Amino acid sequence: MANHTHVQNPKVDVQYRRKKNAEEMKHQIISFTLMIFLTLIAFFAVGYEGFSAWFAVPFILLLAVVQVIFQLYYFMHMSHKGHELPALFLYGGVVVAFVTVWAFLTIVWI
Amino acid sequence: MHVEEKLTAETFPAEPEKATLEGKNKFLGFWFFLGGETVLFASLFATYLALKDSVAGGPSAKELFQMPIVFLATMLLLTSSLTSVYAMHHMRNFDFKKMQLWLGITVLLGAGFLALEIYEFTEYVHEGFKFSTSAFSSAFYTLVGTHGGHVAFGLLWIITLMVRNAKRGLNLYNAPKFYVASLYWHFIDVVWVFIFTVVYLMGMVG
Repeated sequence: MANHTHVQNPKVDVQYRRKKNAEEMKHQIISFTLMIFLTLIAFFAVGYEGFSAWFAVPFILLLAVVQVIFQLYYFMHMSHKGHELPALFLYGGVVVAFVTVWAFLTIVWI
Repeated sequence: MHVEEKLTAETFPAEPEKATLEGKNKFLGFWFFLGGETVLFASLFATYLALKDSVAGGPSAKELFQMPIVFLATMLLLTSSLTSVYAMHHMRNFDFKKMQLWLGITVLLGAGFLALEIYEFTEYVHEGFKFSTSAFSSAFYTLVGTHGGHVAFGLLWIITLMVRNAKRGLNLYNAPKFYVASLYWHFIDVVWVFIFTVVYLMGMVG
């Protein structure tokens, strides 16, 4: 705890950190609102008869990707420092995921 | 530094989940595990996408899926992701009671999601859509069921943490545990975003 007990006035430090935390929580609520909004658009795009499948499918997939980016970078804090290795692990998984889906879609014809 | 030291709001570090070596290792190890989970779900998604039209005379996605129940389940799980963010916010502020409260709300929302899924699956079985009905049904139940299993496991995990640490309060021993459990919960939500899009919404489009 050396780093923290040596702060001359710990109360000031606490107040500063609380303020920072509160600010971050504000960003979290904004990203949550956007995520809900994207979900509503996706459900609407499918429920609305006017869109063809050719438009609706790529469109809702794009919305899903955007929503997941919010989830990873804000809710799971990947936008913070010290997330280089987590990003490597996750994107490694994503690359394998893409190749797997691609392989199955091209190799299975039944 | 010993991890069970009684801390105060002043001495509690800004990133309690990474203040100890054990916490740092848990954090990295858990992200590595999430990379593996991504691959696991990728193989299930790939199987589903390859077999989704092989209905073998059984019900198709378009005949089965109902928008209201999927929408409700999605809202429950998305909201539970935000409530666990609130829990971690209070953890960083060293407010144990509020953290427990928000974790409790997360558990309730997750349980609601799971109940909806169980109801949905029993309805499908009554309509003659069983695990062995078609390649589509097997792929569907395996993918969505594995996700549901993750939700159930996540619920048990969070409840166990809450009960085990109820009297201990927050310290550097359990902060990484709570943090990692919340990462798991968000990851479950990430997978669900793709399930409701790829399985349900794309299924309803046809």
